[in-house]
Amino acid sequence: MLLGEDYITEEGEFVINMGPQHPATHGVLHMKIWLDGETIKKVEPHLGYIHRSIEKMSESLSYRQFVFVTSRMDYLSAHINNQACALAVEKGLQIEATPRAQAIRVIMAELTRLASHQLWWACAGLDLGGVTPFFYAFREREAINDVMEETCGARLTQNYMVPGGVMNDIHPNFQKRVKDVLKQIKDNFHEYDEILTGNVIFQNRLKDVGYISKEDAVSYGCTGPTARASGVSCDIRKLFPYDGYDKLQFEEILSTGGDSWARYQVRMAEMLQSVHIIEQLIDNIPEGDFAAKTKVVIKLPKGDFYQRVETARGELGVYLVSDGAAVPYRCHYRSPNFANLSAIPRMAKGAKIGDLVAIMATVDLVIPDIDR
Amino acid sequence: MTNEELKYNITELLPAAFYDEASEFLTVIIPSEALLPLMKELRSKKEFDFDYLFCLTCVDWKDHLMMVYHLLSKTHNHTIVVKAKITDTVNPQIESVNGIWKTAELNEDEVFDLFGVKFLNHPNLRRLFLEDDWAGYPLRKNYTDEHMIKL
Repeated sequence: MLLGEDYITEEGEFVINMGPQHPATHGVLHMKIWLDGETIKKVEPHLGYIHRSIEKMSESLSYRQFVFVTSRMDYLSAHINNQACALAVEKGLQIEATPRAQAIRVIMAELTRLASHQLWWACAGLDLGGVTPFFYAFREREAINDVMEETCGARLTQNYMVPGGVMNDIHPNFQKRVKDVLKQIKDNFHEYDEILTGNVIFQNRLKDVGYISKEDAVSYGCTGPTARASGVSCDIRKLFPYDGYDKLQFEEILSTGGDSWARYQVRMAEMLQSVHIIEQLIDNIPEGDFAAKTKVVIKLPKGDFYQRVETARGELGVYLVSDGAAVPYRCHYRSPNFANLSAIPRMAKGAKIGDLVAIMATVDLVIPDIDR
Repeated sequence: MTNEELKYNITELLPAAFYDEASEFLTVIIPSEALLPLMKELRSKKEFDFDYLFCLTCVDWKDHLMMVYHLLSKTHNHTIVVKAKITDTVNPQIESVNGIWKTAELNEDEVFDLFGVKFLNHPNLRRLFLEDDWAGYPLRKNYTDEHMIKL
């Protein structure tokens, strides 16, 4: 069937296309939907509108270069993607980042998570008809992006993590500015609840919408807040700690609701956990080098290396296959959005078509990470 | 289960399996024909209970293709990597594991799209990223097209 051509199947189901240019898909995602009246019978995702073949590209880039291409996958978790690749290379070299670099990495990763969740919150409100939350969230997100800009010169695709540590040391103002940001978030967080969480119309659009059970969430490979809202314990920071997360105090937020409302609550609670993590580190950044010494040309020994991290959307896995050369033989990204997307047809089955927007808003897809 | 116990139990199921313990996880290398029965056992047997397929991909080794399945058990918290060797590179095919783990559906579509591995009994095998009439499979090592720049 051609795009834009509506038709009715033999069973009387009406087939429509949502996307690739649709405001609620947050990117170029195309969903083909089979409807019976307003009830969704089947959803089929069609992908590839921004496929850039990042895995193929990585096969011709050195172990220093390929790290930065991943900023363009999940651009809202750019730091954490870079961190995953840097950690994978470090695993191959059997080195560890310096304590100072680890602390900086964790602070930056949690700031990224905060910024990402704030953007999600803003857009979730927007998708469900509330424009005002957008401005509240962007007020704080802007402050975080300013810290990013001062530290590494970029606001979105920071390219700050390198194998062995970080690219350059933090700015002298870093600690003060991060503390200001944290104070701003904590002072203003009650406004988030007042304007959106407590809104009855908003709650009714999320409750009992897009339910997925614990078993299904595991079977579909869901991770991150999407899976934790169904009660699946899957926080990589807890299960397979990296970069010193095991020394930090924080809680893995779990809910048993399984619906969009549970996913919303998990993300809201996670923001406060990220603030808590940064607070533990910001006054305790160890002195020392900001990067471990590595050779100019990095060559990994022959073999497979798998490194996973927790991005703002779930488990990102970097699977590196090395044949001993200076470039990866094969590089695969297990992307959290790809797996979460595959669960959307399950969540949307039997829902009303208007609810699909609520489901996609709370699963929080970033399309470039799906297409890669 | 520890790696030793996993190895022992899998050898009982499939004596032809090879093992590789050089990497982080225990790796089982099997011929592609033996994939589906082994995977079914790994999922359904209580002492394995591998309920979470967290990475499915393929590697082109020029003379053969290697399907790579990373499995984790949420209940026992053990991990295993199953590698299935496909020797036929001209017309590669393997059984789909979509019936065991639902996440496999889109992942197998992706491998079909980029490596050309045909998955038998897959409910909806299609080119996921590229156009339906795209010639060749880009992640294969012998892939070329006119836009590629030779470094």
